[in-house]
Amino acid sequence: MSNQHATVAPILSVCDLQTYFFPDEGTVKAVDGATFDLLPRTTLGIVGESGCGKSVTARSILRIVERPGRIVGGAILLQKDGTQLDLTKLDPSGHEMRQIRGGEIGLVFQEPMTSFSPVHTVGNQIVETIRLHHPVSKQEARDRAITALRSVGIPKPERRIDEFAFELSGGLRQRAMIAMALSCGPRILIADEPTTALDVTTQAQILDLLRSLQEREGMTIILITHNLGVVAEMCDTVVVMYLGRVVEEGPVDAIFHNAKHPYTQALLRSIPSIHSTARTELPTIAGSIPHPYNRPAGCPFHPRCPDFMPGVCDKTEPGLTVMGDGQAVSCFLYDRTR
Amino acid sequence: MGSPVRLLEVNGLKKFFPIRRGVMQRVVGHVRAVDDVSFFVEKGECLSLVGESGCGKTTTSRCILRAISPTAGEILFRPEDGSVLDVAKLSKGELRPLRRQMQMIFQDPFSSLNPRRTLLDIVAEPLVANSIGSRHEQIDRVAELLKVVGLRPEYMRRYPHAFSGGQRQRIGIARALALNPSLVVADEPVSALDVSVQAQILNLMLRLQEQLGLTYLFVAHDLSVVKHVSDRVAVMYVGRIVEMAPTAPLFATPKHPYTEALMSAVPQPDPRLRSQRIVLEGEVADPANPPSGCYFHPRCRYAHDRCRAETPPLRELEAGHFVSCHRAAELALKGIAP
Repeated sequence: MSNQHATVAPILSVCDLQTYFFPDEGTVKAVDGATFDLLPRTTLGIVGESGCGKSVTARSILRIVERPGRIVGGAILLQKDGTQLDLTKLDPSGHEMRQIRGGEIGLVFQEPMTSFSPVHTVGNQIVETIRLHHPVSKQEARDRAITALRSVGIPKPERRIDEFAFELSGGLRQRAMIAMALSCGPRILIADEPTTALDVTTQAQILDLLRSLQEREGMTIILITHNLGVVAEMCDTVVVMYLGRVVEEGPVDAIFHNAKHPYTQALLRSIPSIHSTARTELPTIAGSIPHPYNRPAGCPFHPRCPDFMPGVCDKTEPGLTVMGDGQAVSCFLYDRTR
Repeated sequence: MGSPVRLLEVNGLKKFFPIRRGVMQRVVGHVRAVDDVSFFVEKGECLSLVGESGCGKTTTSRCILRAISPTAGEILFRPEDGSVLDVAKLSKGELRPLRRQMQMIFQDPFSSLNPRRTLLDIVAEPLVANSIGSRHEQIDRVAELLKVVGLRPEYMRRYPHAFSGGQRQRIGIARALALNPSLVVADEPVSALDVSVQAQILNLMLRLQEQLGLTYLFVAHDLSVVKHVSDRVAVMYVGRIVEMAPTAPLFATPKHPYTEALMSAVPQPDPRLRSQRIVLEGEVADPANPPSGCYFHPRCRYAHDRCRAETPPLRELEAGHFVSCHRAAELALKGIAP
């Protein structure tokens, strides 16, 4: 896998993305300099704890960041018809962006109950999406919707299409959500915590579905999650975020077996594993995630970091240092220019 | 150690919720949320109830606390004085002194603390409600409790909004400990927390158990967390216990196919362990309309004709290892290597 990474051009590149929110109380730097490449036919995981900016990154790519938030810097380059298109330059409600949203990039939300309209049938919502992107008759759109529902493993799609979201179970609802996201044949699927609201056995079904869809359709997936187990099972490359910054990125094996950043290392140590010894003290990360208004100066992780270097980490923010083999880390421990 | 005392013994517990339909609100059926559940908790141990949503684990714990009244069965509780009380039969007034000995830690630290009351009000509330000590003594006790759970006593005049999720969960724990309970029921105490904070709370709960000799009934869906805290585990499926055993043998050699599938469905935080997972077909059975025989048979890959017809009883296969499966003795199921 890693050899072909070097030669294949990324389908989507996020370069130094900055998305800030400007509520009355001050500025929240939700995403502050995220950089990563998405290679075709791979799964990229964006992982981090609450408030790390993983969802805002996804919403920035689709240009659906809600006010008072906006993209203040950086570029999101989408490879389209042989040219590069900077999504940050497009009008969020313009024709071109609306064609990309759903047509090129599909989105699966965390909570399928709240993302479906409760007063329209699942079928009508999928038909609406299809007709927005393709000039087809209602009947043909309906046929396509049934095909989409069948492709995600919903039994009796001819009947299910006329049901409302609340009539479906959690797992079926999430399948319908995926069917809707896929109904216009997007090349990229962004799945924002697609299994967080589901039980483990249902989660296994949905992850299986995503994997088989990727194999069948050659889709590229961005998987946003806080669950490191899901990342390890699904992803080829991983981006670890903390308070709006990418702290580390690299191939999945390097992240889990050769993590460089103190945050990644601590995060991996602190999760209780089904393989670990029972009833022993877990290593923890000191303190808790700071409130976004009191973002620490310098490296945002420095107040909780075991390798904190006074006078360095609290003064300036580290940049991403490339470690080789696609792994990059943003930490002064590895910054040779310092 | 002496012979262990069964602090809590639950026999044949049932809780059915009526389904009402039509103008007359006639009862047309029952949701069998908890259907003939029996187990015991020894003094000083931690028993976990684990299962997917709708399996009845929370309903069971709520019956034990008599937050709801069970339909049938007995809940025997042995307080300090050596008497035996059936919690299921007691009246409201008789329950009151017993409530001091059973306390609860809630799932969501954001909604379980009143935002308009200070930490002092919140943690002292059980003391005030039971008129224990003078105001001075209550304040001293709150200060002591806050120290025990790792918060600074100076914080007691602050309101919950000033605290992070992990700190709020500590406040909830301090409140639960205020009356020196013998049994603490913790319903998903860490599932709403970020992973880096989860470990802190689990460590705290283990430490408190040792220091104060607490007995835990731990309700959770996350098997890794359950494995970490429990002495024994009871796995529930559609209102019934399907398997119950000490933690190590349950994880190493599960005897029920559902336990096996549940364990294999947990994504492992290690990309090198990407396993051949058992993906269960279909959905969790409807507790209002359960299948015949063993409730798990429609999803079980080992199901026989007998499983479709006969309900398997919960029987002791090995010392302390209970399982309700007709084929438990002949199957060699895959567990997790210790």
